[in-house]
Amino acid sequence: MAERKPIKGITIESTEKLIAETLAEMPEKAQKKRAPHLGANEPSASPCAVKSNKKVVPGIMSQRGCAYAGAKGVVWGPIRDMIHISHGPVGCGVYSWGTRRNLMQGIPGVTSFPMDFTSDFQERDIVYGGDLKLEKLIREADELFPLNKGMSVLSECPVGLIGDDINSTARKMEKELDKLVVPCNCEGFRGVSQSLGHHISNDSIRDHIIGKFKFKEEAGPYDIALIGDYNIGGDVWAAKPILEEIGLTVKSVWTGDGEVEKIGATHSVKLNLIHCYRSMNYMCKVMEEKWNIPWLEYNFFGPTKIEESLRAIGEMFDDKIKKNVEKVIKKYKPEMKSVVDQYKPRLDGKTAMLFVGGLRPRHTIGAYEDLGIQITGAGYEFAHQDDYDRTAPEMAKGTLIYDDVSEFELEKFVEELKPDLVGSGIKEKYVFQKAGIPFRQMHSWDYSGPYHGYEGFKIFARDIDMAINSPTWDLVKSPF
Amino acid sequence: MAEKKLRQIAIYGKGGIGKSTTTQNTVAGLASLGKKILIIGCDPKADSTRLILHAKAQTTVMDKVRELGTVEDLELEDVMKVGYHDVKCVESGGPEPGVGCAGRGVITAINFLEEEGAYTPDLDFVFYDVLGDVVCGGFAMPIRENKAQEIYIVVSGEMMAMYAANNIAKGILKYAATGTVRLAGLICNSRNTDCESELIEALAKRLGTQMIHMIPRDNQVQRAEMRRMTVIEYSPEHKQAEEYRILAQKISDNKMFVIPTPLEMEDLEDLLMEFGIMEEEDETIVGVAETA
Repeated sequence: MAERKPIKGITIESTEKLIAETLAEMPEKAQKKRAPHLGANEPSASPCAVKSNKKVVPGIMSQRGCAYAGAKGVVWGPIRDMIHISHGPVGCGVYSWGTRRNLMQGIPGVTSFPMDFTSDFQERDIVYGGDLKLEKLIREADELFPLNKGMSVLSECPVGLIGDDINSTARKMEKELDKLVVPCNCEGFRGVSQSLGHHISNDSIRDHIIGKFKFKEEAGPYDIALIGDYNIGGDVWAAKPILEEIGLTVKSVWTGDGEVEKIGATHSVKLNLIHCYRSMNYMCKVMEEKWNIPWLEYNFFGPTKIEESLRAIGEMFDDKIKKNVEKVIKKYKPEMKSVVDQYKPRLDGKTAMLFVGGLRPRHTIGAYEDLGIQITGAGYEFAHQDDYDRTAPEMAKGTLIYDDVSEFELEKFVEELKPDLVGSGIKEKYVFQKAGIPFRQMHSWDYSGPYHGYEGFKIFARDIDMAINSPTWDLVKSPF
Repeated sequence: MAEKKLRQIAIYGKGGIGKSTTTQNTVAGLASLGKKILIIGCDPKADSTRLILHAKAQTTVMDKVRELGTVEDLELEDVMKVGYHDVKCVESGGPEPGVGCAGRGVITAINFLEEEGAYTPDLDFVFYDVLGDVVCGGFAMPIRENKAQEIYIVVSGEMMAMYAANNIAKGILKYAATGTVRLAGLICNSRNTDCESELIEALAKRLGTQMIHMIPRDNQVQRAEMRRMTVIEYSPEHKQAEEYRILAQKISDNKMFVIPTPLEMEDLEDLLMEFGIMEEEDETIVGVAETA
């Protein structure tokens, strides 16, 4: 891949200066701890020099979530035909209820269960343990919603503290109900971020779900699974048709609009296509080791990356698929060109800074660039080294990379780099909008979407234009 | 009449050392001196009040919480019983070993008693009888701020009992820094080991405290226990009853409340060696397996 042209005004020296100035505002100990997590990009450097996946520095306002959030919000929540039980006091369940826009089909209570099931711990459950209550809850939930295809039991912190044995309860109830009851020991205090929750959930799927089911249909040569697409704003529904158009059969999706029996039969597909590498690479590796299923990372943000990815996917199959890939690319080219023609003149030369979970900053760069927007800074809440290694080549030399960035650091960076857009989460949104800087909430697509695939790019381009070129900011006058 | 000052006392010590027996006999002694007392059992086993109440097991706070669902629905009279010489009795209760969180049970129970006004102005003493080892914050609840100010550690001349006493002193030291809790003395519950009295005196001195009393071993205690009674109630004329009355009087008169100076492990071992409880360690045999 050709290295990106340097961005005007941004050099390794200027970025290092900015980092040094920002760090200088902190106490010495915090400086020392934060310094390795901030860096000027060196596209050819491998590994990427920025440190990641470490404990948050106390006193810094971090944006991170917890292991339970990673399990409930990311991996399990989107599986629509299971009941997901938040085991512990009521808050965790309520505040993770329907907040992530992982859209699902189905009739609530019949074929989908987007409700909040929680064991609502009281003092007595802490003192005497909640195992029996959990049993009762599972039994009652199954009576009320008999069409569920299974349950997940997601531990909240107190369950781990008092040592409740959800694993044996799950085993017992699985036998009694003769359907899946999957324990997931994802207590919030475990690990340094939500990332461990993804990993623990992957392990639970490995131990309790994968390999237990079979697809109804005969296996075909073009069977694939989509891994790590959570159907935010309908992303899966925009991505799947493209893959079907090139002749592949999408047998299951992990876990956006997901069905557990299909997830459990995924070991019979021919290829795993992984979108969110950070949260589900674990299971791709398991399926590769155990069932010899190859896996491929793909990126469906923006026409350039879609074309690159489709061709790479084509390479995994025969000439028929390869031909289809070219046909599909050709088919959508004019439509994509008209989108670019419409928005690029309004966005060309603009800059954006990104800070999202563990994948999107690097994955969306192509889509911004298709519209002429350059990325001057990017970072992740909970990414690991391999994510940063994948990020470095996607960014221009000298651009700013920040891991687990604090509220203070991000504000300071934005103040200096003056991007035309900040793409980050709900916790940052109002900070920057109040500063008069256009912002898009890039965890949930800011109540919009889908952003995946050809269909998604049209919406993405419209939304970004709407944010950056909105006349709102000119109408607002600062009283200060 | 000057207003009475409530003295809150916690009894700690190694498991099985005889805390509950000593506490109840001493409380009976104080009660026979005319003192008003509340005993709070802080052990899931709930055996801190049986000798006072002549009961097998009192209904505990947590029993009722479990039955009613929430602690808010609980009334004080559901869980407070009155026994020998008007001694009031409450047990915190808690789960069977191996499930749930017994420590939280103690916290819940004590908070409940405070909120419900169990500490009435007529009381002279509150006694907390606490589970052997302070394994977590819950069992340190009685010595946190504004609760027990005086700690007595029940100990014997056995090595592990003394280790435990030293560890408890460490716990007191931690809370003494932030609150008003003080070590008030060691109660030696004799096991008839060699030089027991001298040894405990020496340990007390090192900890900066006193051996407030040495209770001799006497089977009369067991004979009374079989009848679910204290010695003082069962056989007030017996010499063992007199021992507990003496201890009660000493506690009543005690003014020696100190921040303990716990020993380093090595110092404690030196002390034990000095009294021949422990043998000099032979470093050359450590970690060496027996060979043929």
